[in-house]
Amino acid sequence: MLDFIQQLVSGIALGCVYGLIALGFVLIYKATEVVNFAQGDLMMLGGFFVFTFIGLMGIDYWLGFLFAVCGMAVFGMATERILVRPILGYPQFSIVMATIGLGYFLRSIAGMIWGTDDLRIETPFSAGVLKVGDLVLAHDKLSVIVATVILCAVLYAFFNYTRMGTAMRATSENMLAAYYMGIPVKRVVSLIWAISAAVAACAGVLLAPITFIHSNVGLVLGLKAFPAAVLGGFGSIPGALVGGLIIGVIESLAGFYLPQGWKDIAPYLVLLIMLLVRPQGLFGLSMRKKV
Amino acid sequence: MRFIFKTDYDQDIRILKHSGYWWSYGVLLAVLVAAPSLLGSYLQSQLVFVFIYAIVGVALMILTGFTGQASLGHAAFLAIGAYTAGFMQSIGVPFIVYFPLAAVLTGVVGALVGFPALRLHGIYLVIATIAFAFIVEEVLARWESVTHGNEGMRVRALNLFGQPLPRDSDAFYFLCLLVLVGSVLLALNLLRSPTGRAFVAIRDSETAGKSMGIDLAAYKVKSFAISAAITGMAGVLFAHKMTFISPEMFTLLLSIEFIMVIIIGGAFGVHGAIFGAIFIVMVDPFLTALKDDVPVLVASIADSLGMAPEAAAQLRDKLAKIGSAAGLKGAIYGLIIMMFILFEPYGLYGRWLKVKLFFQLFPLYKRATFKRQKTYVKSERNR
Repeated sequence: MLDFIQQLVSGIALGCVYGLIALGFVLIYKATEVVNFAQGDLMMLGGFFVFTFIGLMGIDYWLGFLFAVCGMAVFGMATERILVRPILGYPQFSIVMATIGLGYFLRSIAGMIWGTDDLRIETPFSAGVLKVGDLVLAHDKLSVIVATVILCAVLYAFFNYTRMGTAMRATSENMLAAYYMGIPVKRVVSLIWAISAAVAACAGVLLAPITFIHSNVGLVLGLKAFPAAVLGGFGSIPGALVGGLIIGVIESLAGFYLPQGWKDIAPYLVLLIMLLVRPQGLFGLSMRKKV
Repeated sequence: MRFIFKTDYDQDIRILKHSGYWWSYGVLLAVLVAAPSLLGSYLQSQLVFVFIYAIVGVALMILTGFTGQASLGHAAFLAIGAYTAGFMQSIGVPFIVYFPLAAVLTGVVGALVGFPALRLHGIYLVIATIAFAFIVEEVLARWESVTHGNEGMRVRALNLFGQPLPRDSDAFYFLCLLVLVGSVLLALNLLRSPTGRAFVAIRDSETAGKSMGIDLAAYKVKSFAISAAITGMAGVLFAHKMTFISPEMFTLLLSIEFIMVIIIGGAFGVHGAIFGAIFIVMVDPFLTALKDDVPVLVASIADSLGMAPEAAAQLRDKLAKIGSAAGLKGAIYGLIIMMFILFEPYGLYGRWLKVKLFFQLFPLYKRATFKRQKTYVKSERNR
């Protein structure tokens, strides 16, 4: 029983990692109906930014964290301006391919600049563990769980209770109509890319002690975050968190109870089943076809 | 400029629009048939890879270009074809049997993948095909009695009617050429049949297609099955060309390369698949040349411009270092994808058509002829 609970807890921690990355997908999808396949690579870049600030320049952890998040927000805005805006409105698949291309590019450029070794930084969460009875939870994982929950709550509130959030939802619904209503669509799209990149940077920084900083980390985790985002319904912020938790727990339990190999494909099997049974996800809006 | 005078309704669906094409494609075919005796073995081998990539490109063109169903899982179909060939050969089945069998098997798997696609569109379909490809990759790594797992599998030389066709032989080259020509003809014929028309209608508007009485489910599954079957045939040739197959050859990156083939070529005509295949296969030799020749060239230019010899040598070493950096290929691939999507969404074939039209209409060419209409994003949730 204790084994089961320990696996459950580590699955929840893993799930929050996926949820945090899935959150980035969901934000951009929610505001512009674009799927950013380079989200994992933005996260990787955030990790390298924080390594540069903290590991190389020796800035304090929290200040470096802030710098990395701001830096990535600017980077996200620049990406939107250069890559996404010219092709917004063309078939969705060309934007998907463009972001895949961006991911390729960022991965190899990061490998060239920072090298291909595992890098690590000193963080306040690196060492300690939290013990509840016989359960053990490392502080670095705890920090991811807390951050994911807080970010989800804040962004959920932002989307549902602020004017800007409403403008973003309107933009995703119908861009032309949003223009007519006086919504600054360009600024909205630009802002959402900045927010999403900032979330990716948070993920990168918080994951630095767990996965280390490496140019391929984004590809691996980014692809695992897809099932999470789909499971939760691609446009739902709480859905990203719940989907991430489900995927994390399933992966963790499959690794413990099922033969080797199941751990890696279990998330994708769940994804395929979900797509067959309920393509709009757990929290997604129902899809209707109108003529 | 040639004006085609139409006297017959059948002229609209003829494969070759006018007699000039008989000449140009005849010459192209003659050159390709003569190529083995003209080219060195390296270029001939590269051409075989172009053929294999082009076959996959044609398959993907049917699915993505004509039916509008995106797939990032074609490496998995290629893998199924390749492993079918490897396994069948090891238990003594002749090529003439396992080649069609591989096509049928991948076709059936493709149809099974197509079923969930009925309810999915756009991004969900892309994700579903990625998930499928991951599952296939993992199965290949674990099903050791058939696939030998991660150790990989040796594939012996292809044996046709008791005649071995080694991977570098002229006969193997002709076999690949034959399969490519066959699949191109199949695609073209498909496109002018009711089935192909239905595919295009589904791509342009599912709603409109459905109102015209097109059975969306049946045609989407058909499109997936045909595309997968052609990719499976390419997989058999791929296995025999590589002579060694292992699961890590059929990753997501290969699927992305296949999509690049049609995006770079131009995803609206069979020509595009061929152009794209040539481009993708030539990237590697080009990068090698970049690594070896460009630094020397730049240094010699700098030298002749009066730069000090030491400085020129330093420049050369610096450039060589950049050229041999580990991730250069990825960066260039990424740049190519982004550049094509931003600046030439019609691909190389589109560029070719523009150049051709420019000369046909010489003083009267208007750039706006090919301008894409700007559309605005509308939610797909209630499309």
